[in-house]
Amino acid sequence: MAETDVATQVANKWKRKRGSLIMALHEIQEIKGFVPWADAAILAEGMGVPLARIYEVLTFYNFFKLEAPGKAVVSVCTGTACYLKGNDKILAEFQKQLGIKEGETDAEGNFHLQSVRCVGCCGLAPVTVVNNKTYGRITTENVKGIIDEWKKNLSESKE
Amino acid sequence: MVNLKIDNHVVNVPAGTSILDAARQVQIDIPTLCKHPDVDPSAGCGLCIVKVNGRILRSCCTPVAEGMNIITSDPELVGVRRSVLELILSNHPNSCLTCIRSGNCELQDLTQDFGIREPKYPNITKKYPIDDTTKSIVLDPAKCITCGRCVEVCQNQQNVWALSFLNRGIATRISGAGGITLEESPCIKCGQCSAHCPTGAIVEYDETEKVWDMLNNPELHVVVQVAPAVRVAVGEDFGYEIGENLTGKLYASLRRLGFNKVFDTNFGADLTIMEEATEFVSRLTKTPSSLPLVTSCCPAWVDLLEKYHHDMIPYFSSCKSPQSMVGALTKTYYAEKAGIDPAKIRVISIMPCTAKKWEIVRSEDMSSSGFQDVDVSLTTRELARMIKQSGINFRELENEEADNPLGEYTGAATIFGTTGGVMTAALRTAYHFVTGKELGVFEFKAIEGLEGIKEAEVDVDGTKVRIAVAHGAGNVETVLQRIREAKANGTELPYHFIEVMACRGGCVAGGGQPRALLPNQPKPRGITDEIRAKRREGLLNEDRGSEIRRSHQNPSIQQLYKDFLGEPASHKAHELLHTHYVERNTYNNRNE
Repeated sequence: MAETDVATQVANKWKRKRGSLIMALHEIQEIKGFVPWADAAILAEGMGVPLARIYEVLTFYNFFKLEAPGKAVVSVCTGTACYLKGNDKILAEFQKQLGIKEGETDAEGNFHLQSVRCVGCCGLAPVTVVNNKTYGRITTENVKGIIDEWKKNLSESKE
Repeated sequence: MVNLKIDNHVVNVPAGTSILDAARQVQIDIPTLCKHPDVDPSAGCGLCIVKVNGRILRSCCTPVAEGMNIITSDPELVGVRRSVLELILSNHPNSCLTCIRSGNCELQDLTQDFGIREPKYPNITKKYPIDDTTKSIVLDPAKCITCGRCVEVCQNQQNVWALSFLNRGIATRISGAGGITLEESPCIKCGQCSAHCPTGAIVEYDETEKVWDMLNNPELHVVVQVAPAVRVAVGEDFGYEIGENLTGKLYASLRRLGFNKVFDTNFGADLTIMEEATEFVSRLTKTPSSLPLVTSCCPAWVDLLEKYHHDMIPYFSSCKSPQSMVGALTKTYYAEKAGIDPAKIRVISIMPCTAKKWEIVRSEDMSSSGFQDVDVSLTTRELARMIKQSGINFRELENEEADNPLGEYTGAATIFGTTGGVMTAALRTAYHFVTGKELGVFEFKAIEGLEGIKEAEVDVDGTKVRIAVAHGAGNVETVLQRIREAKANGTELPYHFIEVMACRGGCVAGGGQPRALLPNQPKPRGITDEIRAKRREGLLNEDRGSEIRRSHQNPSIQQLYKDFLGEPASHKAHELLHTHYVERNTYNNRNE
């Protein structure tokens, strides 16, 4: 499927159902990991919804991403329990080692760093989640190991 | 009708009236920064709170109810309003001294009214890139108070969808739709966002410096032309009543500023009628399948058409706007007559409009004289600033006349500045072209007023000519759809001749008009239906009082054809006074 075909097909699927913009955006993000500008523009055309409205929705909800999030998404929990257990220091360590700030993606597009509020396993605090893998009760000393593990994963998946 | 009490005064208003509107009946202007008579209430700013039977509610979106007891002001309400203002100020730059809207800003007005002298909270205003990509309007998101008026006007009234809010909460910011620049967005430069913005977040693209440089260059011969709608609005910036016609003082002030010749865009309006009526009569009598004819004087409408109504391009009048016609003739006809090298002539236009800044560079047709026909287009607001900067006492000026050969105009020309005016003027002349007689009536009641779409039928020598007048870009679609349906079904056309103006009320309410608030004028600043009606009346009165009210009877126009153009739609007229339109693709903005 060519890059832009996704948006065209999603638009065709949803265009006859009123109020289905969010569903269509969900689908694009599920397939691509984010909603590229060009896809939003195709959706505007295909669904008969102004691009202005689509961007109002996209930027209103934190869930939607406008840029490629990086192959490994590092989510450091700063919910109450994790924060009290010192996850602000873990976050700072990730920022230092990855050389990016919260909400940013590194130049290679490998790592995206974000803080999240509670991932629902406070018993493991402080918690960091990378993609679908959860790391509990970690200290700043563990950060390098986690990054190395994912660097290895990413380079293997390339081959 | 509903009976209630506002500040202990008995009020009787129709059901459905908001408390805010009802309060006006007892001479109370409840403060607000988001509610504007042109837009639905959004309950955005929170300033318009009142006490309803003791409860604090927003008056803009609370309808009156029988027996309500309303207090519009007490120490608690004033305190809350002051807090709201202080919070807005904490997220607004402290750059009033150098802001283009200083003295014309509703936030500044209220800050003064509430006596706020010190910022209460630390200032957290974020800087955003200033978007001046359209070279017509300038968007500074930092000065936006997120009242939502511009978004409402752009999306729902104009149906353009060039502006929207991005993000939410404290991060909310105004932006070109889809997070791109306005130039890349569907923006048609109508400037209605700017006309409705309470602060300095959306303003005209200021080009006064360019004009000063030209005026101060002794090598150049600088010529100016003034649009119809400017004469009934510029006075507001000098304390005159809304709608007062100040043509004579305007000419005088322009000469004082140093312009070498003062021409009038109204001359161009008469000329447009000559060419457009000829075009209409030719289509009506020779090629009825090429009907309807759609007027093309409004650049915002031209922009909208080229972007979104490609199928309608064949029906668009090929006539340039009055501004462009005067520009082209200044650098050809006038240059020849006066023996001046057109390379040394600069043409400045004073327009009620921000989109006119775009029109002058729209295509190579805008350089038909061999040079750019109009060099700079200024809005009424920019001109008023130049007059003030020069220290000219506008009110004390003696009336003066425009210069020949591009200064004389008829009553038909002056009504170009208001909805229905172009159509009225065109019918007066088209009737003459078809019948050789003069139309008995001058005005068509059915196409007056502020209704979005107006229709009428005129008997032209046995042919019933059906006309439509649409104003406010959002109303155009309906008219075009009727045409499309008739064409597709092969049924009789609903209209033969259509006038379109992108701004509600026409050019009198253009995006470049003054925002002064006269002492006896109800708030808000900017444009309301009351102001539209008064400025319009100013133009209609000039027409009614004119000795000549038909474009084809303008002696200077007759002279121009005799000496230079030959006849309407001649080869030379086509080279200088007509244009063509191209399809320009942009992304979808339609709300289907």
